[in-house]
Amino acid sequence: MSVFVHKHSRVIIQGFTGQHATFHAEESMANGTNVVGGVTPGKGGQIHLERPVFDTVSQAVEETGADVSGIFVPPPFAADAIMEALEAGIGVVVVIADGIPVQDMVRVKRYASDRNAIIIGPNTPGIITPAACKVGIMPSHIYQPGRIGVVSRSGTLNYEAVQQMSALGMGQSTSVGIGGDPVNGTDFVTVLRAFEEDPETDAVIMIGEIGGPQEVDAARWARENMSKPVVGFVAGISAPPGRRMGHAGAIISGESDTANAKMDLMEELGVHVVRNPALIGETAHRVFS
Amino acid sequence: MNIHEYQTKELLRGYGVPVPNGRVAHNVDNAATVAEELGGERWVVKAQIHAGGRGKGGGVKVASSLDEVRQITDQLIGSNLVTPQTGADGRLVQRVLVEQACDINKEYYLGLVIDRGSQRITVIASASGGMDIEEVAKTTPEKVVREPVDPGVGLREFQCRKIAANIGLKGKQIHAATKLMRALYRCFRDQDALMAEINPLAEVNGGQLMALDAKMSFDGNALYRLPAITELRDFDEEDPKEVEATGHGLNYIALDGNVGCIVNGAGLAMATMDAISFHQGKPANFLDVGGGASPEKVGNAFRIVLADPNVKIILVNIFAGINRCDWIAEGLIKAMQDQQIGVPIVVRLAGTNVEKGAQMLAASGLDFIMADNLDDAATKVMATLGEQGA
Repeated sequence: MSVFVHKHSRVIIQGFTGQHATFHAEESMANGTNVVGGVTPGKGGQIHLERPVFDTVSQAVEETGADVSGIFVPPPFAADAIMEALEAGIGVVVVIADGIPVQDMVRVKRYASDRNAIIIGPNTPGIITPAACKVGIMPSHIYQPGRIGVVSRSGTLNYEAVQQMSALGMGQSTSVGIGGDPVNGTDFVTVLRAFEEDPETDAVIMIGEIGGPQEVDAARWARENMSKPVVGFVAGISAPPGRRMGHAGAIISGESDTANAKMDLMEELGVHVVRNPALIGETAHRVFS
Repeated sequence: MNIHEYQTKELLRGYGVPVPNGRVAHNVDNAATVAEELGGERWVVKAQIHAGGRGKGGGVKVASSLDEVRQITDQLIGSNLVTPQTGADGRLVQRVLVEQACDINKEYYLGLVIDRGSQRITVIASASGGMDIEEVAKTTPEKVVREPVDPGVGLREFQCRKIAANIGLKGKQIHAATKLMRALYRCFRDQDALMAEINPLAEVNGGQLMALDAKMSFDGNALYRLPAITELRDFDEEDPKEVEATGHGLNYIALDGNVGCIVNGAGLAMATMDAISFHQGKPANFLDVGGGASPEKVGNAFRIVLADPNVKIILVNIFAGINRCDWIAEGLIKAMQDQQIGVPIVVRLAGTNVEKGAQMLAASGLDFIMADNLDDAATKVMATLGEQGA
């Protein structure tokens, strides 16, 4: 089945007629994603990429039966767009925008707390189940169908790991970018749980970063609840404390959230830790075969 | 984005948080006038730089006469203040805050952060004020009170009373603390703060609570809706190379090694530094060119990395998703032609339009050391440095 998105997912794009949205929607469609329409307020009734454009998400859901939304609106408008998607009953909301104010996300999470939906991102390349459904901006051609789940905070480091896997013939069930922000929609535990429950996933690669407790929390959860092996890496071994390394979430604020401290704890908790990012694929290959 | 203490206090005063009477001064005469106008017999003169630990560095002094105010101000302004947070070079002091001194009975700690665990704004308070809260949290975690705020209803009065009681406040102070906390929370929420810290929150003279020191930082992604905060930005407090990089849409952080790094994506940039370190190399910088890296952006990245005289080699590592390898290649070739680049360049390209990018580099006839993957790139960087005897 893969996790969160699959070949029967009915995808809409919010901010559909924008330049980036158009480019990536086209690329997704060319790779088999079922994009059923899009939303651009004020352009309802138009046709874009041979798909209907709606003014509101609820109209789009009513007319197309959409259950997944890719949000391509700029950061200042993203929180509103996420809440609109949730209100319309979308089950999986993928937020590409990088630079959403943190307190906007705090409010979004409160709004989402009593709705049964998955928010992927923000600040993510998105999610892809290879050859079935892609909602995001990643280069599809490096992914291939397979049985390894991938979950990462970083986008380009996700590509790096996937290419290392693909070079060794390991494909992906689903690859999820949870995003680099300190307050984000979905944490590692939620994705690990989905991979554990997915019969088409045999093992998981988890790629974290400095800052915050979530990689260790996930390793702790995995030790108690997971039967499938997990290979893990945390980027930022060489990062100095107190300096934010690009991602809003990537800052070492105490002794416990340095890369090495996290990897030591993950190792103790049973994760197969790889310390050299150039060997993620090789390590996974050795552990999983 | 950080602001100065005097700016934070003015902001908080506007929200109703009690702060000492005081004003900023830019020179000796100015400081004496401020002290005279404030009145009283003792004043505190505080160097205004963004780094913490000013007390330990000698940047906070008490004066008992206007002459002393002058003397201290004269010492501080124009000096480089070294604190545990500034590094050995210190930070140039350009202004001081002159405040009426108060007698302190007891010190507390009060802070607001966006807690990654609860994913909510969270109040942190402790009876151990004036100290490093992380140290307190480590040694005596039971002395630190944490209270997450539901963003739907905001910080409630009962929560403030609970926090106040838990750090040992009594009687009328509980009501005063409740008012103060709610004012601080309103400021934090309205101004898109990421962190606010009142340390110490002091019980002064007649039992009144007062924010003796205050620090706040704000969300750079929200500045578009915070015109008043944006105006408070002090570029003198930021690394000029980092400011220049930000202006070009690049994310640059200087480090102390000799391998210059130009990478796209924060995670891959960190991983590239890690791969170099794994091979016993030392990265000279973190640099993320971001998505949509135009040839101009690549050129600017080279200029900024090469401005660091320690750089002996550059590793360009691009995994193009939203980027395109041919744009990167165009930028590389142009940078090589336009700039005096006296160091070897190792290039690893992958992702969107990789064949086209690689062909362009090969056809240019320029001397790029091409790498197939991350491991190969790190290996070639170290081998080349070895040949140079660096």
